Amino acid sequence: MCLATCYRSNPHTLSAQSTGTITSMPVEIDIERVAHLARIALTDEEMTAYSEQLVHILEHAERVQALPTDEVEPTSHPLPMVNAFRPDEVIPSLDRDDVLAGAPDAEDGYFRVPKILDES
Amino acid sequence: MTDLADLTIAQASAGLREQEFSAVDLLDAVERRAAITEAHLHAYLTLDREGAREAAEAADIALVDGDLRPLLGIPIALKDNMVTKGVETTASSQILAGWKPPYDGTAVRRLREAGAVIVGKTNLDEFAMGSSTENSAYGPTRNPWNTETVPGGSSGGSAAVVAVGSALGAFGSDTGGSIRQPASLTGIVGAKPTYGLVSRYGLIAFASSLDQIGPLARTVPDAAMLLEAVAGWDRMDATSYHGDVPAISRSLNVGVRGVRIGVVTELVGEGIDPQVLAATRATIDRLSEAGADVVEISLPAIEYALSAYYLIAPAECSANLARFEGVRYGLRVDGATTEEMMARTRAEGFGPEVTRRILLGTYALSAGYYDAFYGQAQRVRTLLRNDFATAYGQVDVLVSPTSPTTAFEIGAKTGDPLTMYLTDICTIATNLAGDPAISVPVGLDDGGLPIGFQIMAPALGEEVMFRVAAEVERLVDFTARPRLATSKVVAP
Amino acid sequence: MTEWEAVIGLETHVELQTNSKMFCGCPVDFGDEPNTAVCPVCLALPGALPVPNREAIEGILSIGDALNCTLTEDSLFYRKNYFYPDLPKNYQISQYTFPLCVDGYLDVDVDGEPTTVGITRVHMEEDTGKSTHVGESGRIHGAEHTLLDFNRAGVPLVEVVTEPDIRSPEQARAYGLELQRIVRTLGVSDARLEEGSMRFDANISVRPVGTEELGTRTEVKNVNSLRSMQRAIAFEITRQIEVLESGGSIHLETRHWDEANGATRSGRTKEESEDYRYFQDPDLLPLHIDDAWRNRVRERRPELPADKRSRYRGLGADERVADLLADAADLGELFESAVAEGADARTAGIWLTGEVVAYLRREETEVGETGLTASSLAGLTEMTAGGDLSATAAKEVLAGVLAGEGDPREVAEARDLLQISDVDAIEAEVAAVLDEHPEALAKLREGDSKPIGFLVGQVMRATGGKADPRMVQDLIRRKTQE
Ligand SMILES: [Mg+2]
Ligand SMILES: [Zn+2]
Repeated sequence: MCLATCYRSNPHTLSAQSTGTITSMPVEIDIERVAHLARIALTDEEMTAYSEQLVHILEHAERVQALPTDEVEPTSHPLPMVNAFRPDEVIPSLDRDDVLAGAPDAEDGYFRVPKILDES
Repeated sequence: MTDLADLTIAQASAGLREQEFSAVDLLDAVERRAAITEAHLHAYLTLDREGAREAAEAADIALVDGDLRPLLGIPIALKDNMVTKGVETTASSQILAGWKPPYDGTAVRRLREAGAVIVGKTNLDEFAMGSSTENSAYGPTRNPWNTETVPGGSSGGSAAVVAVGSALGAFGSDTGGSIRQPASLTGIVGAKPTYGLVSRYGLIAFASSLDQIGPLARTVPDAAMLLEAVAGWDRMDATSYHGDVPAISRSLNVGVRGVRIGVVTELVGEGIDPQVLAATRATIDRLSEAGADVVEISLPAIEYALSAYYLIAPAECSANLARFEGVRYGLRVDGATTEEMMARTRAEGFGPEVTRRILLGTYALSAGYYDAFYGQAQRVRTLLRNDFATAYGQVDVLVSPTSPTTAFEIGAKTGDPLTMYLTDICTIATNLAGDPAISVPVGLDDGGLPIGFQIMAPALGEEVMFRVAAEVERLVDFTARPRLATSKVVAP
Repeated sequence: MTEWEAVIGLETHVELQTNSKMFCGCPVDFGDEPNTAVCPVCLALPGALPVPNREAIEGILSIGDALNCTLTEDSLFYRKNYFYPDLPKNYQISQYTFPLCVDGYLDVDVDGEPTTVGITRVHMEEDTGKSTHVGESGRIHGAEHTLLDFNRAGVPLVEVVTEPDIRSPEQARAYGLELQRIVRTLGVSDARLEEGSMRFDANISVRPVGTEELGTRTEVKNVNSLRSMQRAIAFEITRQIEVLESGGSIHLETRHWDEANGATRSGRTKEESEDYRYFQDPDLLPLHIDDAWRNRVRERRPELPADKRSRYRGLGADERVADLLADAADLGELFESAVAEGADARTAGIWLTGEVVAYLRREETEVGETGLTASSLAGLTEMTAGGDLSATAAKEVLAGVLAGEGDPREVAEARDLLQISDVDAIEAEVAAVLDEHPEALAKLREGDSKPIGFLVGQVMRATGGKADPRMVQDLIRRKTQE
């Protein structure tokens, strides 16, 4: 049902119904959360340093937020193309030895990783 | 007689066909040059001696059979973010140290099929994030014109090897200026093609909607020849252009009479070094003397290009680089759980600039900020495209300096990310628009450092872009070479 | 005390049986050997790029069409970002705003109670790899390490999301069954829950009857049959009601169905890990489904289960029988052609879903392997209607036909089951019986009809049961009038 609600309430849309001008917000960064989302283990010192740099860069970016862009459609692809497909044909897969050759850890044909926290 | 390492691709190609020398001779010359220059530059990360030799020998056999493929037997170098089967590919990151890919990227495959001899893999800013090649996990590359300065980036290694002749040509990738700016700082030609003209399959992604592979060479015709070898639709890249490839080298000798050239107001004012500005103006005057109609044109949205770029590129890279986590390939730092292993691997495997951009992009995409940052940046991109569209309604090409300054000293900008980002001010707009642009050397500053001139064209406007570039090359006749570009220099 | 109402929404993942994967050329049907159907794309090697499989797009459009959805003209692929070791890119290519199909519905029926379940969206995405947790438990808890196989990574996956319109475990099951029938009819997936080619997640909450506001939901995963989905939902509803009535509160969380213990156990709490940072995938172009394409999908739509069921009813089959026939392709076809050859639909249907099914089960065979054909089935119903066979005899003949003893008449003759329709022969028997039982005849003549049954029985015995009892009765009546 999340997707259902997301689908209805999601702010950004393909057509010109963009939310237009965004009044610039004071940049506040929960760097710990960001680092967790990005799966990068940072020391406290690093967190402080990076959050300062990020704030600095984002303040520079606020001028962009100030731009009036009502009625402006976002560009996601430089060239206006649609529908690039491939035919439903099987192409030979890689040789498993080549696949596992570069693996940090493997076990009888599988990639091996440490135990996983129950987050799935 | 001239050292074969100093030949242009066109000259070398002719010499090979006339059998004045062999592809192996040519490779020997280039490797001899590398043996001397590398000690000063550190432009190569890997030299594939065996692979290169085999390719050169194969080329010599084909040449005897009268094979006329233009790149047959030509020694070229590849930026190390281009995936090469069996040859270590690291993108200058610790996280990929020792990775030997099981496949070739499309551009690489096409170059092999064209008979080119791949000498080795060149240094770059880690994952192409940077403008100086100082962000390499394997140490910086130095500028052959003055080894105290940077060669630019992120394709600094490819630019340096071409400048000194340890390869006759090279390929790099350009996301915000990463081909043109180093070409400008090392006195060579570098082109960023229209987005989609060259397949990105096998190019380790930085920012997917901006990345584009392109050539670096000593001359405009050489650059055109290299681009023609790799351009064209690829079924493995959904964003590759499914249409006719522009006639890139058809009009190289036509001149600029009647060509309408627009000088971008915003890029010939403050923030640009006076000597760079002077050389730019001089070149523009030459062009109008040669019969081009020159006007000034304003692209107001360009003011916002840099900010938009630094929201879009990190956002895309934060997802593109998520695949590096120690599970399937590359570095792994152990941890009690997989989550811990991943976080430690990424902390140790990524350098500071890459980490900074991943964090920035993750934040820009995270709940509540999407529209304020990424979404808004994509709309600015549209404004910019509209400005370009209007401009190209009045002119055939736009021109500007390639870089606001000549090469700066190593370490000069590493302290503050923003000042480093500002070095891309002239090049970023065309990446956001998806348009092609090329940098051609037009002189030296007082310090004897090269100055580059940028020519921009509308999407798929490569023909007129190369046409103007070739004329600039003739008019300026830039023949200077870095002191290092000779096999007589002794190792330090 | 409060009466509670359950509010249920289902998210269904269906693997499409294309030849190749969603974004690469690796085969979708792979053996048991791990990591043998992988390539740079589905392993997310550096530099690899996805290119969408056109056939998979056709597949999802046919599903959306069958679910009465609007097929969106302009649709987009997004990146759903989250780290998990079975997800090679650590983002899943999926859809967010602008999915391929929206605003549909599916009518389902629980013992004659029709409900319409709204379909919010049907979107295209890719499957993940498979993790094997190695450790005493075999479950993720207490595992020492995990082994990863990426053969399944990148298999085309269609997600069907319903509105919270379902109110009971039975309705949920009926919806699941009908959706399964539909994708199988479309031929886009074998939709097997046991094998994971069809997977249900149920979002469940309860609220006091009559209130509008939704209660806090839990998401129940890991049901591997329609039956266990029904059980899991029933359990979760009861659990939530008990928690609420004992003054507790429900937490937004994922709960895993534990088949063995017949209970759901708490997984992770949702909120924190749920910032997927969706953004449009720059490696993929927008999808544009024009009118021509949408019309083609509509034209190719096969007869859907519901339509087939009502058509069979129209032919004269009983309701329950029609449903069964519509579910069993081969019996359904035999039914249709038998009716076409003049069979009485009602009788044919009853036999097919009764005697025939029983025979097939007993003999562990298919109807195609038996001697029963459309014409023999039609012939059999005609013989019964025409009085040549008694109901009991007909069933015996059917058994013989199934066993391949010949067509109905041959079997009936061989087994000597044809009824005597020769009046004179029966008249003689009737006369003989009446002579033997004058007292019975007398009673009849006095208007006491009791003995008639006895007399008919005697005649039937004398004719070895081959006389038509109705005819015998008429003849006796006539005799008494003489
Ligand atoms: Mg899903
Ligand atoms: Zn694959």
